[in-house]
Amino acid sequence: MSAAAPPSLPPQASYAEMVGLVADPVLERRPGRLWWIAFGVTLLLTLGFAACLAWLFIQGVGIWGVNTPVVWGFAIANFVWWLGIGHAGTLISALLLLTRQGWRASINRFAEAMTLFAATIAGLFPIMHLGRPYRFYWLLPYPNTMELWPQWRSALVWDFAAISTYIIFSILFWYWGLIPDLATMRDRAHSRLARRLYGIFALGWRGSARHWHRHDVLYRAMAALAVPLVVSVHSVVGMDFAASLMPGWQETIFPPYFVVGAMFSGFAMVLTLAVLLRWGLGLQEIITARHFDAMGKIVLAGSVAMGLSYLTEWFNAWYGGAWIERGHLRFLFTGDYAPLYFAMLVCNVLVPQLLWSGRLRRNLVVAFTVSIVVNIGMWLERILIIWNTLSHTHLPAMRHLFHPTFWDWATLGCSIGVFGCLFLCFARLLPAVAMHDLNKQLHGEKEARA
Amino acid sequence: MSGGRVLLAEFADPETLLDAARRAREAGWRGLDAHVPFAIEGLADALGLGGTRIRPAMLLGGALSGAFVYALQWYSAVLDYPVNSGGRPLHSWPVFLIPAFEAVILGATLTGILAFLVSTGLPRLHHPAFAAHGFARASQDRFFLAVADPAVDAARLAAALDGLAPLSIREVG
Repeated sequence: MSAAAPPSLPPQASYAEMVGLVADPVLERRPGRLWWIAFGVTLLLTLGFAACLAWLFIQGVGIWGVNTPVVWGFAIANFVWWLGIGHAGTLISALLLLTRQGWRASINRFAEAMTLFAATIAGLFPIMHLGRPYRFYWLLPYPNTMELWPQWRSALVWDFAAISTYIIFSILFWYWGLIPDLATMRDRAHSRLARRLYGIFALGWRGSARHWHRHDVLYRAMAALAVPLVVSVHSVVGMDFAASLMPGWQETIFPPYFVVGAMFSGFAMVLTLAVLLRWGLGLQEIITARHFDAMGKIVLAGSVAMGLSYLTEWFNAWYGGAWIERGHLRFLFTGDYAPLYFAMLVCNVLVPQLLWSGRLRRNLVVAFTVSIVVNIGMWLERILIIWNTLSHTHLPAMRHLFHPTFWDWATLGCSIGVFGCLFLCFARLLPAVAMHDLNKQLHGEKEARA
Repeated sequence: MSGGRVLLAEFADPETLLDAARRAREAGWRGLDAHVPFAIEGLADALGLGGTRIRPAMLLGGALSGAFVYALQWYSAVLDYPVNSGGRPLHSWPVFLIPAFEAVILGATLTGILAFLVSTGLPRLHHPAFAAHGFARASQDRFFLAVADPAVDAARLAAALDGLAPLSIREVG
């Protein structure tokens, strides 16, 4: 996919057409009935999430199924899962920008929005999981009357540093790419209020060559920073587990294994959203079969890497020879959670193998189905990492299973609603595709033909 | 860049704008700029805009914030609040690197954004160029060359751009 790559955009398209394709669904067309129904449902779920939060803060974490020895439950699994999903946007944007994959222009904006929403939701879960959530700021090194400092050797402090950096960075990276497009929206909007709002957020962008040059320099430098940042964030999440002494967790493979899993689930979510957005906003000419082909390949690569990670885990548990590790391995395949574990392997390793076929990669029904299956599989993986280890601890007398409560399921379901609601608002208020990047890509493709 | 008189020549495609930019630069005019809807490779060179020091600033900002956070951890864990945790060294540098690394990224990003805002003068919601008729398309599909040289008037600009067929030449400000 170098300079000789096949064009990803229609060859006879003009710059104005491209802008119109992206901007018109937001500025000219009214949201359809389906959008309102989806918005209504997700808004209700968002209110449900608020109710879950309120009940949690009133009653405490006892409303969930967490109890000794399974002291981590849905909250931590949801956190890892959402944060994983929140990785692909920055990855697509940054890594594909640095490697000059021009086709990213069609998908990077909404993938970054996805990152932002998913990472923000993810950031709530560790705070919810604290017994005293109102004291989460104790993780910050600030001058206080107790004369206390954070314990820097604690994985929780690393988490706080990594996630807060990641969320701030994602907002800025997304917004910086959005500024020129906000100017385009300002210049196309009809209502005075829309012109003003877009104009203020566009910071008075006037497309000056000097500004473009600096924008490009800054954006590329941020992309170069984003790649190690993305890798560090899920590595730190992996170390939350690996820094413990628990069987099945204390493994050096955890940081890269978590990063790969994050990319994998994130790209799957991008596929899901790309299918929905393409259909909802009529972006067939912008998000083409070639994009699904490329994304399918990345999901496939992720699946193979996940398979390798599982194999490495099993091999190390057996080869290491520690009885507790071998017992953990036996528990994976024959224990109480074995059916779920096999389901996870099918979802994450077996089903994505369909994507070896180019025809299936370009088939939207297949791409959509696989992406949903992968997302379910990755959630299963996150919860099983916790359940399999904590319910099967060193002391056999302590072993108990986790029993999810209504509030466990409600919090997970409603968090998906929050994500949907945010994404629906994004699709109606902002250009879902980076118009300036798209036209830059179109310009490049026109030049390559000339 | 100044608030003074600006001549704007409008083109329909980026290649012609690049030609026009080169001619304007060869003519030795000052105050050259362009208003375009997307980044065009080579435009900054064609206009002779010179480099920017955003990246060195980011490096400095990142290094300083990383050093600050590392020093903060060292001070708190070694001097101000030493905790013996399983006999581990007080100066646990491998883990101190994690928050320090995040601080490098955050510090570099914030410095870069600040440097961008300072060097471009944004946010600036009003500018004479916005007054030009049809300038709204500078963010969509038109490519404007801007000349802010008191020695150049519309006639001279039109003569210099002979053969490039600008769609319009306007004076604003």
